[in-house]
Amino acid sequence: MSDLAILGSILAAMFAAATPLLFAALGELVVEKSGVLNLGVEGMMLVGAVCGFAVTVQTGSATTGLVVAALAGAATSSLFALLTLFLLANQVATGLALTLFGVGLSALIGQGFVGIPLEGLPKLNIPGLTDLPVVGQALFGQDILVYLAIAAVPLVHLFLYHSRAGLVLRAVGENHTAAHALGYKVLRIRFLAVLFGGAMAGLGGAFLSMDYTPMWAENMTSGRGWIALALVVFATWKPARVMLGAWLFGGVTILQLHVQGMGVEVPSQLLSMLPYLATVLVLVLISRDVARIRLNAPASLGKLFHPDA
Amino acid sequence: MNRRTMGKTMLGLAGAAVALSSGIPLAMADDKLKVGFVYVGPISDHGYSYQHDQGRLAVEKALGDKVTTTFVENVPEGADAERVIEQLASSGHKLIFTTSFGFMNPTLKVAKRHPDVKFEHATGYKRAENVATYSGRFYEARTVVGAICGKMTKSNIIGYVGSYPIPEVVGGINAFTLALREQNPKAEVRVVWVNSWYDPGKEAEAAKALIDQGADIIVQHTDSPAPIQTAQERGLWAVGQSSDMTRFGPKSHLTAIVEDWNGYYVDRVKAVLDGSWKPIDTWGGMSTGMVELAPYNPAIPEDVVKLAEQIKGEIVTGKRHSFQGPVKDQSGKVVIPEGKTATDEQILKMDWYVEGVQGKVPK
Repeated sequence: MSDLAILGSILAAMFAAATPLLFAALGELVVEKSGVLNLGVEGMMLVGAVCGFAVTVQTGSATTGLVVAALAGAATSSLFALLTLFLLANQVATGLALTLFGVGLSALIGQGFVGIPLEGLPKLNIPGLTDLPVVGQALFGQDILVYLAIAAVPLVHLFLYHSRAGLVLRAVGENHTAAHALGYKVLRIRFLAVLFGGAMAGLGGAFLSMDYTPMWAENMTSGRGWIALALVVFATWKPARVMLGAWLFGGVTILQLHVQGMGVEVPSQLLSMLPYLATVLVLVLISRDVARIRLNAPASLGKLFHPDA
Repeated sequence: MNRRTMGKTMLGLAGAAVALSSGIPLAMADDKLKVGFVYVGPISDHGYSYQHDQGRLAVEKALGDKVTTTFVENVPEGADAERVIEQLASSGHKLIFTTSFGFMNPTLKVAKRHPDVKFEHATGYKRAENVATYSGRFYEARTVVGAICGKMTKSNIIGYVGSYPIPEVVGGINAFTLALREQNPKAEVRVVWVNSWYDPGKEAEAAKALIDQGADIIVQHTDSPAPIQTAQERGLWAVGQSSDMTRFGPKSHLTAIVEDWNGYYVDRVKAVLDGSWKPIDTWGGMSTGMVELAPYNPAIPEDVVKLAEQIKGEIVTGKRHSFQGPVKDQSGKVVIPEGKTATDEQILKMDWYVEGVQGKVPK
């Protein structure tokens, strides 16, 4: 294969590898902007992955599977919302517990679905465009979820920064007491944000189990939920930077595999580290302005809110 | 949901303590021999731990009237393992199989405290009065697979998805490559390490990268069927690992290297029953049935199947060794001279590639 063709396939693989991270991180970004820290992303992804897979196997409809995956992720997150928003449990501890819970629950649901193969989602194919050299496969040969994840970036940005609802959500995240005093329903807004985060994590998980590697295996997210969480922070809560970070992470992951395959003499352990190093480094560098980080970080992040307090 | 599944789902993260309270039945007052099994993964992995559990089931089937078995799955390697093994030992189990490399030191520690309990540790190298070790010569099957790939490849590039650069995996790559090039001297092997035993996403990415670089057969030494799926998607061949993975790629699955512990487990339990058990080291190859191949894909031409069967037969009868001299390393230096075969120690410590493998072994 020519070098250009390899470059094209690296690009195409990069977008796919970034997709689960992008879904989960965008969801978590909205959650955190509302002032809630949900560390249960990994757990919600797994529940979404197993539910989407199971329903697709049972009904034969990938669309139904995706809808159920999003609903399942949201349902899992509602447990978190119930505990932290209404029962005022500690968010960090509850989020960690949600991950443990999600790992266990998904394994339980998935028991009957291990070892069942599934067809992946169909890929886009526009004659002429998909066959373009280098960029054809990357831009016009992906499946619907890859495009959906990318489309979600401007949508989340528009919502947060150019809509009234987004302004209210950010206000709640900055200062819940003031927002409450103004008459905004802090808990309801946060509840909706948490549900959105759960649904997005569910979709990210479903991308893995229904498309990327169409099968169910326990713990198949392999830590991608945690990477998504880190992306949000390192991208200083900016949707476009989250996308950049996800692409970078995906791209370097794929690139290092190619470097190994070409027999370049760099220790593979070091190469395996590279995606983490490169992503953290780049995101820290582009957002190294401390004042701006403070500006972007939701001031009430992780703080409990009680209407009477 | 029964108590076992409760234990199972919690165990992976919440640690062994949870499983101990829910997963292991209390000591029963009967005179059957109690045999315990400790697995590193879930038995539903359809791979490594699944195959060990098949062995446990074979013991139950063969000797069910004389033994009862218990298993604990998803046991993390390290300190938690010691608690699980200790619990099994102190709850009346007289023979305990610890089935992962990382259980080595915990097994020995517990064995010291329970001299009346016999232990069997898989893939380790430390033994004691009451600790035996066992493993399979999986490289033998890789010799057969290498010959098949040598005949099947058209691009003369084989992609190899590796887990960790440990001697077992490096030795497997070498055995594969030697047999590959015996059939097809122009063929070469490209290795990508994913630094994980089980990460479907990463294994698929590695397989894709290798395919994009021209590989038309993917061989894996990782445990998920993702590389098989990737090969099927691209219309290429692949070789499975640990268990038969045909259903994940009926059109891509050439065969798979299958670990079969059934015979060994039944034999060892029998040995304890009749008092002949000794703390020996068993390293069984294809002749013992410990290492097997999954059924060949029907699309493999008849002469290739015949060749594979012939090589398998030669290995079983001892006529052929996977590392038959002269074997040269990448620099062209003869490591195993003509007329000699690699010693077990050489195989167990293999940290160099033979000619025909691209790149260097990560150190």
